[in-house]
This record gives sequence, C-alpha cells and structure tokens, in this order.
Amino acid sequence: MNKWENNRAWLLTVPVLVIVAFSSIIPLMTVVNYSVQDIFGPGQSLFVGTEMYKNVLRDARLHEALWRQFLFSGLVLLIEIPLGIALALAMPKKGWGVSFSLVVMALPLLIPWNTIGSIWIIFVRPDIGLFGAFVNNVLGIGFDHTARPLDAWITTLLMEIWHWTPLVALLAYAGLRAIPEVYYQAAKIDGASPWATFRYIQLPKMRGVLTIAVLLRFMDSFLIYAEPFVLTGGGPGNSTTFLSIYLVKLALGQFDLGTAGAFSLIYFLIIEILCFVFYQVLKNVGKGTGT
Amino acid sequence: MEIVLDGVSKVINGETHLNSITLQLTSGATNVILGHTLAGKTSLLRLMAGLDRPTKGRIFLDGRDVTGLFVRKRSVAMVYQQFINYPSMTVYDNIASPLKMSGLPSADIDRKVRAAAATLHIDRLLDRMPAELSGGQQQRTAIARSLVKDTELLLLDEPLVNLDYKLREELQAELQDIFRARKAIVVYTTTEPSEALMLGGNLVVMDEGRILQTGPTSSVYHHPSTTRVAQVVSDPPINFLPGVVAGGKARLGRDIDIAMTGHLSAVPDGEYAFGVRPNHLFLHAQGAGNVEISVKVELAEINGSETFIHVSHGDLHLVLQEDGIHPRYIGSNITVYANPGCFFVYEKPGRLLASPFGAG
Repeated sequence: MNKWENNRAWLLTVPVLVIVAFSSIIPLMTVVNYSVQDIFGPGQSLFVGTEMYKNVLRDARLHEALWRQFLFSGLVLLIEIPLGIALALAMPKKGWGVSFSLVVMALPLLIPWNTIGSIWIIFVRPDIGLFGAFVNNVLGIGFDHTARPLDAWITTLLMEIWHWTPLVALLAYAGLRAIPEVYYQAAKIDGASPWATFRYIQLPKMRGVLTIAVLLRFMDSFLIYAEPFVLTGGGPGNSTTFLSIYLVKLALGQFDLGTAGAFSLIYFLIIEILCFVFYQVLKNVGKGTGT
Repeated sequence: MEIVLDGVSKVINGETHLNSITLQLTSGATNVILGHTLAGKTSLLRLMAGLDRPTKGRIFLDGRDVTGLFVRKRSVAMVYQQFINYPSMTVYDNIASPLKMSGLPSADIDRKVRAAAATLHIDRLLDRMPAELSGGQQQRTAIARSLVKDTELLLLDEPLVNLDYKLREELQAELQDIFRARKAIVVYTTTEPSEALMLGGNLVVMDEGRILQTGPTSSVYHHPSTTRVAQVVSDPPINFLPGVVAGGKARLGRDIDIAMTGHLSAVPDGEYAFGVRPNHLFLHAQGAGNVEISVKVELAEINGSETFIHVSHGDLHLVLQEDGIHPRYIGSNITVYANPGCFFVYEKPGRLLASPFGAG
C-alpha cells in the first residue's frame, strides 16, 4: 500500500465534487430543509418534523395523481418501446435513406417541450386543427381534448409518443447497427426464420440500448410537466394532473412549500427505486434458461 | 462429394472481388484456401455457402447446379473468424439450434448435441451462456454447432485467427482428426502458411480475387509456380535476390557468387529472381558449398520460439528465420550462410524454372 502514500491524485476529483454539490446535493438538502418546516413567508417558519410527510401521504388528490402517473408512464413504455424497435427495424440500413431517416426521426427531439404543447393544441383543435377538424368533421366523431378526459388522455399520449418514440428508435437503431453481419449469416445458414433471428440475435444484442431506452423513457415520462401543462393545464378537471403538475400547483399555486418539499422527496425516491428495479430486472433478462 | 465452381466471378459496386474462379473441391481431404487479407477467401466461401450469388459463372454440388439455390435450402455449416453464438442461449441450445430448425426428435437432438460437445471437450459447459465462456470455449461451441448436423459442406473462415497461440495449436491438432472423420467437403481458409501446412490436404492459393495455384499442399509448397505464390506460402515472406546466370555461375546482387550445380545446372544463361526461404538462411555454415554473405543486422523479432532476423547487404534486404531466441544487436555485422541447393529460380516475369525439389 506504500505507493498510495502522499498521493494527491484525489485532488483531481475536487471539481467534480464541487459541481455535484452545487448541482444536486445542496439543492436537494434545501428541499429536505423545506420539508420539515411550515413556511409562512420569508423568515417566518416553524419546525414541524415529519408533519408534512404525513400530510402528503394522506392527501387523496396526490394518490390520484400518483396512480394517474403510473398509468401514463406504463402506457408510454408499452407503446413507445415496441414501436421504437419496429421503427428501427424498418429504417434503411444503407444508402441516402439512412441519413434522411435519421434526420426525420430526430426532428421531434429538437423541439422545445412547451412548443410541443403549443403545436398539439393547434393540431387537435376541433375547429381549425388538422387532426381535430379531421376527426370531428370528416370522421364525424366528437373529439375535444378540453372537454373530455379520455380525449385529453389520448392527446397527451399521442403527443408524448410522437415526441419521444424517435429516441427509442434511434437507440434501437444504433443497437441493431452494432450487430456484426456474420450473425445474420450464421442465422441464415442455420435456417432460422426472421422471427427467430429477431428473437435470438437482434433482441438479445439490443438489450443494453433498450435498458437505457426504458430507463430514460420511464424517468422522463414520470416527470412530464411542460407538454400537458401547456396542452390542458392538468384538465379537464384533474384528469391530466400528473405528479409534477400537482407538485407545482402545491408549491407555487398554494405556496405550500413544506408539503411540496416533502412531496418532492417522495417523488424522487419513487423514481430512484423504480429505476433501480427496472435496471436489475433488465440486466438479468435473458440470462436465465434462455430457450 | 465434390463442389465445382465454373468460371465464377463476383463484382460488387464495380469492384471485382472474385475473378473467374474455376475450382473443384472434394470430400476426403481438407481443402485449405491460403491467401493474404482481402484475397477473396471469404467472398469465395460466401458463394459456396449460398449467402451470395455469383455475378457470373455456375456452382455445382455433386453435379447438381446450386448456383441460385437459397442458403436455407442448402446443406452447409460455417464457422467464422468471430465467435458467433446466440447470446441468449446456453451452450447446449446453441449447439442444438441447427437441429431444432430441422425438426428432429428431441432424443436424437440430445444424443447428437452431447456427441458434438464431447468431440470438442465442452461437454461440461453445456449449461453456460456464451458470455461466460473464454474465447477458445466460445469458438469450440461454434465449431460444435457446425458439426452437429451432417452437412455436405463444412466451411471454416479463419476460425482460429482470434485465438492465442497455444489454443490455436491445440485446436489445429484436434481439427485435423475431426475433419478426417467427416464425410463433408471441408473448406478452411487461412492467412498463415504454417497452418495450411499443418492441416495438409489440398491447397488453393488466392491473391487479389484470383486463384494462383492449386494442388496437394506439399506439392504447392515445394513448387510455388510464381514469385507471388512463393511469397504467399512463406511466412516470413521468401527472400528474392536478382541474379545473372552466365557460364555455370550466377551473381546475386552485386557481389554474391554461387555455382550453378545440382538442380540449378539446367538453368540457361540470363537474368532471374533467386528465391530463398527465411528458414534456409543460417547463422552457421551448414556444410561445403555454402555461400557466405556478410550482412548488417537491422532488426531481430522474437516470435514465439523463433527469431526473425532482418539484415541488409548493400541494397539487398533479407530475412532469416532461426529456431530459438537469438538476440542480435542492431547495426552489428554478421555472416549469413545460404545453401544454393535451397534456391528457387524464377524467370523475370515470375514463372518457376528450378525448384530444389526437382521437377513439379
């Protein structure tokens, strides 16, 4: 162990520690600080211990928002992951089509979140929106995302899928491109069907990128705020009030900083735990009997 | 069984990968295709497997025209340079996969899988996943997968190139026995002359998409028909010295004189390229009649249990291959001995005129 003596290499980690401290540790601790106080105004606060946590856990509206959030993220993953894989499989493998499809796929990813909301508000408007007017006037189906909870959900889901499926597709495409050509040759020589090739070569080889895709899409959809806020403001009623919309209502709308702080920490823990579970599960998928 | 390629060419994007190849390979002896990287070995195997269609020419298997026959309808197995196994299947399921596709009863599958695994000494690893195996074990699995089904063609594309020296020697020895026991037409590609010599059988020498020479391995080694073949079948490459023959004597380079006796005596006067393999140049005199060449050491590479010594004599560069480890100081002057009885003589365009092994 002698060579570790007088080793100042750890000093090199100081910049990272400082950045992490200011970017996450200090803000997080501020939230912890809020969560144990009842704050009336600047300089006026009262230490209340775990009171806020108890409030949050008893809040029926928060429970609703939580289940709504789980349903939303679950649907997003169920639709976006298979759709993304299907898109990646359909994308061209060589020629000018590659760059063309990559650019087209990446376009939605480049648009700011709140702009996405604005685009979709116009898109689904029953009077002038391309989609809204088409469904209402041509198909004759009443569709109004501002009046009906189901329509609001469909719109929010469509928007989310349109916005983020390309990310899954691009990741899956990168995974597919990394598979050496000889694997496909070997499968052909074995007489494997296209399905068997997908199931036993492409899918296992994409496991790494798909794990990342699932984690990213889960986290992002669980934190969704700007798009539904712009689109419906959480309505109609509370039908699209997802967790972060409810959180902002608490913190800014009602200036309930203590409750919002406690809520934030619980929110944070839920995401942390679920990501850990997803990661562990996906890491071990396909390592079992694998028949 | 035999596979016949008749005037087969493969052109991709205007680039000729194979140039009118005519070749007949039979079962019973290992067919080794030797050539440098990009010589067209893999392209040739892909055509035989049916993975690609030739641009021109026809392929016959036992007299049947299989040129346009899709790979799934052919009876072929292939082993690659990379270790290709299904990543999410156990070793057992990997080996069983070609049989499962053909719908054999599971008792037969089990028997064949275990037999193939035993042949390659991986019978204790059957429950493992490929990622849990060493490189050698992964390639053994891939080879077992190719052997489990009795195919008409067994193609191996540089299967041992990614393994370390020790494993390669081990598998080379085992493969010889395995090939001998098969009825299939075995085609094996390699870049290494030593591997080709070890596997024996028939040799096909390829270069730049063409076949340069075919024949029994020892015959090709002893009578490389052109200077290019001589280069491909020798590693390190054969040394060539320009020489002028006049009156029963030859002058190599500027000042090396040799007597044209023995197999050289029939060479008429003229200008030639004299070839001598690195293992026929020595650091000590090997007997009377040796040519002494005083040279300067440029580099000594130690390669396993051999040393390659690169030397220069004026503007001539030579490589010697010596058994054992011979550290040499760069820049030191040494004497190299050559036996004229080991010289190949090529006419200037590169055709073999005299071989130390007599007439081809």
